[in-house]
Amino acid sequence: MKKALIYIILIVFAIAFIYPFFWMLIASISPETEIGSLTFLPAHFTLHNYISMFSKIPIGRALFNSILVSSIITFCVIFFSAMVGYALAKTKFIGRDFIFYIIIFTMTLPFQITLIPNYITMVKLGFVDHYAALIIPFVINNFAILLFRQAFISTPQALIDAAKIDGCNNMRIIFQVLFPSIIPTIVTVGILTFMSTWNEVLWPLIVIRDQQLMTMPQLVTLFSVGGRAEGQLGVKLASAVLLALPIIIAYTFFQKYFIRSMASSGIK
Amino acid sequence: MTKRKFKIGPYLLVSPYVLFFLIFVAFPVLFSFYLTFHKWNVISPMEYSGLYNYEKMLHDRLFYKSLINTLYFLAIHIPLQLVFSLGIAVLLNTKIKFSSFFRAAFFLPFIVSGVVVTIMWQQLYGFNSGLINRLLTDIGLDRIGWLTTEKMSMPSIAIMATWKNVGLYIVLFLVGLQTIPKYYYEVADLEGATDWQKFKYITLPALNPTIFMVVIFSTIGGFSLFIEPYVMTGGGPLNSSLSSVLYIYKQAFDFYHMGYAATLGFTFAIFILLVIVLQKRFLEKNY
Repeated sequence: MKKALIYIILIVFAIAFIYPFFWMLIASISPETEIGSLTFLPAHFTLHNYISMFSKIPIGRALFNSILVSSIITFCVIFFSAMVGYALAKTKFIGRDFIFYIIIFTMTLPFQITLIPNYITMVKLGFVDHYAALIIPFVINNFAILLFRQAFISTPQALIDAAKIDGCNNMRIIFQVLFPSIIPTIVTVGILTFMSTWNEVLWPLIVIRDQQLMTMPQLVTLFSVGGRAEGQLGVKLASAVLLALPIIIAYTFFQKYFIRSMASSGIK
Repeated sequence: MTKRKFKIGPYLLVSPYVLFFLIFVAFPVLFSFYLTFHKWNVISPMEYSGLYNYEKMLHDRLFYKSLINTLYFLAIHIPLQLVFSLGIAVLLNTKIKFSSFFRAAFFLPFIVSGVVVTIMWQQLYGFNSGLINRLLTDIGLDRIGWLTTEKMSMPSIAIMATWKNVGLYIVLFLVGLQTIPKYYYEVADLEGATDWQKFKYITLPALNPTIFMVVIFSTIGGFSLFIEPYVMTGGGPLNSSLSSVLYIYKQAFDFYHMGYAATLGFTFAIFILLVIVLQKRFLEKNY
């Protein structure tokens, strides 16, 4: 009896979480006139909204931009954060603790304070309307450093000593000797970084004006608020579907890793 | 040669971070402070203006409005977030079937871009043909002006934000729940404790660190509220959903008041840190 009640509650909630996505997908393949009364399946199927979207905005290019920017950032974050994380975990040098505290401090610093000056830095460096503006400010990440530091602390020192005797330098120790043993951390950092970059929208809105360089969330946002959807709900929803799809596909395949990565963001 | 290389090694490894920190953290914080004493529209030269920006801010009705709006958002969002994430996590923790399916379902909105969620909910909240109002009229209730009335715009956004983020907090609570030793409950069963008593005297105290984390996370998230009002309402109606970040954005990139926007950003940041310190004090006292 109690079990049954729990199931009913959970199922009602699950519907409330999944149904809106389903509705959005169905609405995006329905004719404009039917969306307002749509509850389940459309009476007529049409791809008109998608065709109309492709003719109105460079959504293909935006998809390419988003993939490019998110991939480069993810690669850089893993690369640089692993270097710093290793230095903090396995080497001794003057100022090490200081750097560690700076990282903790920076993590608590609200971004509202750096937003305007960082935009100005981009202007002065001539990065506005270049990929550099989307990439450079994100190539290293405090939280990723801490995750790598944590992972490297628990790798055996003997492995490093042996590699040193074989004449490995720090870079080879990190990326060839130790990397295979910290794959879960790499996956976590990869997913967290890729996702947050893919979904970032405030920063692109600030530094990119050229439509050809816009990332997907930015393009979809401007399309949706700028009135270019011309009140065409279906087209707006089609663009939202296209923005959500890549992440949802990745999520269905790597669901376990997604949830585990996010959960680790709580373990600080 | 090798000896020297060994010593310089660690510095080389951390040098990218130091460079990054100087350019994107240290410089901006100092420059931001410097900017608060200047008028600047990026194009013409910067102009020293003394305390003008601060005076302007103290007399700016919209500054207070955006601050109060953001606090109002948090006042609705945080309790909702706690109740729903904790409630669902406790239900999921009761050895039911398909729990990983449910967990995955609740997590779905969290991984999707805020833009998608906002566009979707804008339609759900629609006054005439929105799904929620149609459900309400179907069961004989009146339509609600979710996004079109001053009273409801911020609560509507808070409900949506809760829906979007609850999955993360469910997972965090599940992690917390799994750390509670099973025999606590077995002993309570022997003593004849009710479910509510077990929840109140075992589960809740054990979850205090998680509750703390959820409050801090959703506070930080709430203070960064931007894309939701930007897309849904533009801050309206009558600025009732103007959030702090949206106001900074408007001052900086609609009006090009860089000095003033920096002043707002600086003030908001200090305010956020203050709120978090206070929360920390308060929550730690209640451990």
